[in-house]
Amino acid sequence: MRYRQAIALLALVGLFVALYLWLHALGFGGAIKCGASGGCETVQTSPWAVFLGLPVAFYGVVGYLAILIVALMALRPAALTQKNWSVTLLGLATVGVLFTGYLTYLELFVIHAICRWCVGSAVIITAIWVVAVMAMRRKEGMTER
Amino acid sequence: MNRFYVVVGVVAVVLAVAVFALLKSGGGASAAAAGPPPTVVDDGFRGYTLGSETAPVEITEYLDYECPVCATFATIQMPTIKEQLINTGRVRWRFRDYPLPIHKYSRFAAHAVQCAGAQGKFFQMQDQLFYHHQWAQTGKDPASLFRDLARAAGVDLNAYDSCMEKGQFAARIEFSRQEGDQKLVDGTPTFFANGTKLTFRRLPGSDDFKAVVDSMIAHASRRPGRQASATH
Repeated sequence: MRYRQAIALLALVGLFVALYLWLHALGFGGAIKCGASGGCETVQTSPWAVFLGLPVAFYGVVGYLAILIVALMALRPAALTQKNWSVTLLGLATVGVLFTGYLTYLELFVIHAICRWCVGSAVIITAIWVVAVMAMRRKEGMTER
Repeated sequence: MNRFYVVVGVVAVVLAVAVFALLKSGGGASAAAAGPPPTVVDDGFRGYTLGSETAPVEITEYLDYECPVCATFATIQMPTIKEQLINTGRVRWRFRDYPLPIHKYSRFAAHAVQCAGAQGKFFQMQDQLFYHHQWAQTGKDPASLFRDLARAAGVDLNAYDSCMEKGQFAARIEFSRQEGDQKLVDGTPTFFANGTKLTFRRLPGSDDFKAVVDSMIAHASRRPGRQASATH
């Protein structure tokens, strides 16, 4: 249970990070709060800030929301002993980590700028993935104490 | 279990307030020139150009003055491009405005450059904004700084102030932005060579454009009776 609670809380934080970046991409608010380096602006205004016609942050909102919903559903008493919820969470986290890895590659080697908010999101999704792996390594039926 | 949901609720409220505060701290626009106009009229203007009218290739750049990548391109890549491609008569460069909605002062900056352009100081003002690009990182109202930069560019400030106050070129800038939308511009800077959108895996330099230009000129020369021509 602790693992799923941790995943839910991490996903909640990640959701708001992605939400801020998405709302900013839609034109809400002024200059992005990113420190003096300006890396966020560089990343957010680059052609790679749009993926399949939508701001990259939108996919973050959808991904974190999906993880949050699944984690909360997995915390229902009837679901606590069912391992398929942990499998689903690990699957979603793996997709998130892979997508984040691609975006981090673009930041480092293509755009040559680092967005602190993106780094924060990368840390969160990586932490979710690690916790999801730890949850999977526990034996079924003993997992959610 | 119940305590956990209380924690989730409290964290959600705190984060929502934080996001709201972050967005609200962006502030408001400072002048009529900073926003889109109520109506858009085509005044026939298609951007300032640099280079020979007879150059075989025209590169059109859609740019945003608040965009850091555009500033990097203008200050690091463009001098070499000017020297190797524009000054040699091979390329004509056309500048089009594409203020991104995520930038608070990009329209205002584009307007400042257009007002300077009305006095024949387009490129001088453009350089001032790109070479003093710290204004784009502070989030502060740049109106006062832009007047200083306009003065440094040799602009008459009385005419500049009047132009900015009226929002004289707001419709022109919005027309350019809509034109960019129609051409599927999805970020800045975006480049077109004789009307064809260019895609680069990284911020392009002079060598990248030279390859494009060489290819277009060679392609045109292989077709008897046809020349590479600008579409704008």
